Order: sequence, then C-alpha cells, then structure tokens
Amino acid sequence: MAENVVPRVRVPRDASAGESVSVRTLISHPMESGMRRGSDGNLIPRQIINRFTCAFNGAMVVDVEIQAGVATNPYFQFDAKVDQSGSFEFTWYDDDGSVYTETAEIAVA
Amino acid sequence: MTGKTLLGGVAAAGLAVGVAGIGFADIRTGDSLVINGDLAMITEAPAPEFLQDRVTTIYSGWVFRTDETRAMQADDFDNPAMLYAEQGLTAFETAMGSEGKSCASCHENAESLAGVRASYPKWDAEHGAVQTVEMQIIECQTERMGVAEPYGYDSQAMRNMASLIASVGRGQTINVAIDGPVAETWAFGEEIYYTKYGQLELSCADCHENNYGNLIRADHLSQGQINGFPAYRLKNANVNSVHGRFRGCIRDTRGETFAVGSPEFVALELYVASRGNGLTVEGPSVRN
Ligand code: HEC
Ligand code: HEC
Repeated sequence: MAENVVPRVRVPRDASAGESVSVRTLISHPMESGMRRGSDGNLIPRQIINRFTCAFNGAMVVDVEIQAGVATNPYFQFDAKVDQSGSFEFTWYDDDGSVYTETAEIAVA
Repeated sequence: MTGKTLLGGVAAAGLAVGVAGIGFADIRTGDSLVINGDLAMITEAPAPEFLQDRVTTIYSGWVFRTDETRAMQADDFDNPAMLYAEQGLTAFETAMGSEGKSCASCHENAESLAGVRASYPKWDAEHGAVQTVEMQIIECQTERMGVAEPYGYDSQAMRNMASLIASVGRGQTINVAIDGPVAETWAFGEEIYYTKYGQLELSCADCHENNYGNLIRADHLSQGQINGFPAYRLKNANVNSVHGRFRGCIRDTRGETFAVGSPEFVALELYVASRGNGLTVEGPSVRN
C-alpha cells in the first residue's frame, strides 16, 4: 500500500436549490507511473489511482478513468448542480486494490 | 537603484499593451497575496538598511510567478505543500526516541512555534553557534528526546516538519538579527553571496541582485528570497529546503556545491534570510 494516502474534499456547506456548486478534491498519492527506473536500474512498478468517482445521493456525478501520466497528488475540481440536500460520496481506486472514500454533506434551501 | 525600479515600470507598461517584456526587467508589482481569504502577506517592502545602496525594494518570489502558480498558494486546499505540513503535524504528535516524548509533549502545539520561522537562523547561546530551524529540530531530537537517528538535514521527514513550522508562522514579518554574536557568521554569508562560483563564474548577486525581473532561459528571475521556504516545486512535486535550493543554484553555475547543513550554507542562509527582513513568512509556498 502506498503510504500517507489521504483523501480530502471541499464542498460548500449550503446552497440554494438548482445552484451549481464548486467541488474540489485531492488525494495524496505518489502516482508512480511505472515508467521510471530506481537507482538499481529496474523499473519501479506502476502504482496509481486509476479511477475516481463522485456520486450525489447515489447518482453518479463524475466517473474518471485515470492514466499513468497524471501527476502526484491528483486534484479534481468540477461544478455540480444540486437540487436537494444530500451527500456527495467520493471514491478513489488504487492499482493495489485499495479503495479510499470520503463524503461531504450539503444543505440545500 | 532607481534605474531598476524604472525599468520594471517600463516593462510592465509594455505588457499592458500586449508586448512581451523579454530582455526587460519585468516585475508585476501591486498585486497582493491573501491566503485563505484572510491572511495578508507582505510581498514587497523597502529593502533593509544594509542593502539600500544596491536594492531599494525587496520582493517575495511569489511576485515573479505566473497567475496559476500564484493562485495555488492563495488557498491551503490548493497548495500541495500543505499535504507535507500535515504529515509534519502527525510526526509532531507522535512519540519518538528513548524518552517516549513527542514534540507536542514539550511544545504543546505547533502554533506555539509560530515565531520561529521569522527569526531563524538565530544565535544559540548554549551551543555558541548560529542555528537553522533544522539544526534546532535535530538538537531537540538528540538532546531532549533520546532519538538515536535524528532526521537527516534534508530528509523528507525534516522538510515536512519544517513545512509545518513555517506554516504556523505565516504572516509574521521576517526579522532576523544580523549583529551581536551572529555578526561574524552573517559577514561570512555575505562574502559567499558575492563570490562567483562554477565554470560560469556567477555569484548569487549576478542573478538575484543584478538581474531579478529578467528572464534566464524560460525562468523568471526573482531576488532569491527564502521567506517562502520550504517551497513546493511543481518541478519535483515535493517540498524543497533552503539548502536544497542553494545547492541547485550553485550546481546551475556548473560549480561544486557545499553540503546541506554545512557551515557555509548556514551562514549563507542567515545572510539571505536577512535580505528578506520586512517581508512575511510565506512558507510553505508554491514555486515552479
Ligand atoms: C523534552 C522537551 C522537548 C521536546 C520533546 C522537543 N523540544 Fe523543541 N525545544 C525544547 C526546549 C527546552 C527548547 C528551547 C531550547 C533553546 O532555545 O535552545 C526548544 C526549542 C525548539 C525550537 C526553537 C524555538 C524557538 O523559539 O527558538 C523548535 C523549532 C523546536 N524546539 C522544535 C521541536 C520539534 C520539531 C520537536 C519534535 C521533533 C521538539 N522540538 C521536541 C524542548 C523540547
Ligand atoms: C545562474 C543564475 C543563478 C545563480 C547564480 C543563482 N541562482 Fe538562485 N535561482 C535561479 C533561478 C533561475 C531560480 C528560479 C526562479 C527564481 O525564483 O528566481 C532561482 C531561485 C532561487 C531561490 C528560490 C526563490 C523562491 O522564492 O522560491 C533562492 C532562495 C535562490 N535562488 C538563492 C540563490 C543563492 C543563495 C544563490 C547563490 C549561492 C543563487 N540563488 C544563485 C538562478 C540563479
């Protein structure tokens, strides 16, 4: 398992119905591309976050397939329209099988 | 050096009408850096007195960066360096060494060290020497915590801890002492600053005092201030130490460099830090 993998998200606490809110996400992860060689000359095995998803109250908002060219600590920012209160569920999938999750509540008036 | 200021103004005017200021000193002054919407930084200030016959205004390295890089530093969520400061915080609260103590056992919380970054390097009477933050951390580990293998001077763990200590000191005005017991070390640092190194025969001053605002290849030369350290560099996607940066700069002159933690770099750090007296602590910053 990669060390110090910590997901974090930033979502406004409240919004008005139909408003488009800015969602920011970041996960600390080395994103080892599999193309680099270590000091011993051997390839360092690939280990990346290969998929990131965000759902709102169970409905998919974004589903991203990530390739090895994405840099360390992948950061995604996107807008999401919210019609009702609920929770965003974020999931990151690691090459090594680990799955990291985070949720954020938003109150819609 | 009113000439320099004037030149900056001319190039800025050039940019306003869409002409790239290549070959002209180009300093985008007047913008302000406010972190998280409430923590205002001083990114330009009158030069400290000892410098005034050579430089009138001192600028944070932030001033010389692109809009995108500047913006990353303005919000802790967007600033990747904060990830390393967080790892430093975890280490701060974790027991290490034979005494079973954590940094927090004695220092309560990181915020209690808020004044550190702005005043270091600093004279340590007990050891009769100028100490950098890194040296002070190693001192606490070996002399107070029974840590057999203290952090390496430029190790990841050290850079994380230094990032934490800088982060809690952001916004404080840098005020490094240059006289009294540190005077000799400071003068040694000044001498190094003006010494030409490497096959290219360039001193720190050649680039950072005589040419800031100019382009060197594709890079925009700053005054080489260290108020933003540790600095997250997009180049290596990690936080970088002051001495790591010094090494890189001397290597770029195709010279043999001093070692991190060496007396030469400690003296140089004291001198360079004092050239920033009047700016605010910005570390951990974002640079290219
Ligand atoms: C057993 C108590 C103790 C522990 C544990 C300890 N320190 Fe200290 N620390 C001190 C004392 C006492 C001083 C003041 C000594 C001096 O001025 O030289 C100090 C000074 C410092 C300073 C300089 C403060 C200033 O205002 O100049 C820093 C930075 C610091 N410690 C960091 C750390 C870190 C990081 C750790 C954990 C790795 C740590 N210390 C662990 C006792 C401790
Ligand atoms: C060949 C020109 C050159 C020389 C000589 C040089 N540097 Fe640099 N330095 C650069 C460039 C280019 C950068 C990156 C852009 C910038 O911030 O200026 C840089 C960056 C820095 C930074 C980071 C500034 C920031 O805000 O992130 C510091 C500190 C620094 N240099 C210190 C020094 C010191 C001390 C010396 C003398 C030992 C030195 N440099 C010699 C070219 C040079």
